[in-house]
Amino acid sequence: MSAALQSVARGTNSLELTPDPTLAARHRMAVRDLRGAWALRRLCWTLAWLDIKLRYRGSMLGPFWLTLSTAIMVAAMGGIYAALFHMNLHEYLPFLALSLVLWGFLAALVGDASLGFTSSEGMIRSMRMPFTLYAARIVVRNVVVLAHNIVVIVAVFAIYGIWPGAIALLALPAFALWLVDALAFSLTLGALCARFRDIPPIVANVVQMMFFVTPVIWRPELVGRDRMWLLPVNPFGSLLEIVRAPLLGEVPTAMTYVSAVLYSLLLLALSWMLFVRVRNRIAFWV
Amino acid sequence: MSAEIDVRGVSLDFPLYHGSARSLKRTVFSTVSGRMGSDAKHRVVVQALRDIGFRLTSGDRLGLIGTNGAGKTTLLRTLAGIYEPAVGQIRVRGTLNALLDPNLGMNLELTGRENIMLRGLYNGLDNTMIRRLVEDVSEFAELDAFMDLPVRIYSSGMVVRLGFALATAIRPQVLLMDEWFLAGDAVFLEKARGRLEDMVRGAEILVLSSHARTAVLDWCTRVLWLDQGRIREDGPPADVMAVYEAHAASAMPMAA
Repeated sequence: MSAALQSVARGTNSLELTPDPTLAARHRMAVRDLRGAWALRRLCWTLAWLDIKLRYRGSMLGPFWLTLSTAIMVAAMGGIYAALFHMNLHEYLPFLALSLVLWGFLAALVGDASLGFTSSEGMIRSMRMPFTLYAARIVVRNVVVLAHNIVVIVAVFAIYGIWPGAIALLALPAFALWLVDALAFSLTLGALCARFRDIPPIVANVVQMMFFVTPVIWRPELVGRDRMWLLPVNPFGSLLEIVRAPLLGEVPTAMTYVSAVLYSLLLLALSWMLFVRVRNRIAFWV
Repeated sequence: MSAEIDVRGVSLDFPLYHGSARSLKRTVFSTVSGRMGSDAKHRVVVQALRDIGFRLTSGDRLGLIGTNGAGKTTLLRTLAGIYEPAVGQIRVRGTLNALLDPNLGMNLELTGRENIMLRGLYNGLDNTMIRRLVEDVSEFAELDAFMDLPVRIYSSGMVVRLGFALATAIRPQVLLMDEWFLAGDAVFLEKARGRLEDMVRGAEILVLSSHARTAVLDWCTRVLWLDQGRIREDGPPADVMAVYEAHAASAMPMAA
């Protein structure tokens, strides 16, 4: 037998659980959870990557099935809606490709998040692991999927000769905001859905409805000039716009940014409050 | 740093979320009608652990005995930090390995190799060490070509071998072990015994939950008898075992 492998200490390798109802103590534990997840980032990345590999194990195209199905969807919907909205494809298809890919990311993320903890029940019950790690795994997994779908956007942009220019860089901080929001959202929704099993179907319905209410397949301008103020009310709309518009070479309005940032702050605050409160209960819920 | 387990006055309630308690509607309506306060008391809970206290230091080997549902596994999970108690204090010092079920949280869809890799990453091993871990585990578990096939298609014997090899490959200071380890076919047990004993001796603290009399008497230096979540007896293995068996024998005719 080879020499024994010692497990490596992570931080201080001691566990102290003193139920302390004070908020400060709960905050400390929640922060420790975040830190723990960061320390295990390689595990997180591997888990996310294996999730995708697993989904397409044994298939020829592998993860590029995602790309292919997105491409087909963009082509099909592009043809139909360009005709319905009386827009030419040159104008509409790049917008639609971008919208569908980004929305696909959001919708899949929400769906995964609602099963975030319940689907990892076996792992949660067999070892102590930071709960943030399960949420981060969902975010990373969906970013990897998004990366595969970017091919579709690049292809459509290349076909129509669109180059957004330097403005596109504005999408980067916006996407960073998405990632933070996504992590908070996965954590919150995962916990709520573990406790209340009615929530996942509700969430699925809301996402479906939001797809039509949000300017995903239709351009935001279509709401009409006198109703433009309505757009920033929808958090999905604002968040989508701050990533999408720069990539189309447009600068989002100030109101869009304000809305996106305010909704994000609200989400982060609520998520943190919830997580601090329920972190130690999740293991009992799954 | 030497290993230590210090448990003081730990009680743990296990909430039972049966059909209606999980319902969002019920919670919303009970909040609206102002019954939230009483809800906390009316919640159906199982009193899984009651006022548990003990202290273990380097060299201690604790056996947990008791009938099914006495709280043995819950206590192990609590020591592993999976369940956080609402009352009492727990301090565990030292690297910890909890062998709670044969699947060890393995993903059955992934291959043996991938599961080993994940376990290595979880334990903070670097790439070289993970390679060694894979070698060590595959050699002991005799999986050969099955290493690159999903665990789902393994025979149950192979799963136990993989789980066992994996669990015993990484040496912790504190080892928490559930009794499934002592189940298995005789041939495998013979081979496993050396490796298991090696790890048990290597660990500074062992907490073993078991029904197997011999394992407890052979390995443990102290035994806790858990009964309905409480410590009924605490002492040297032979003494506690004798009381426990006398009790079990006297309870038997009544049950029959």
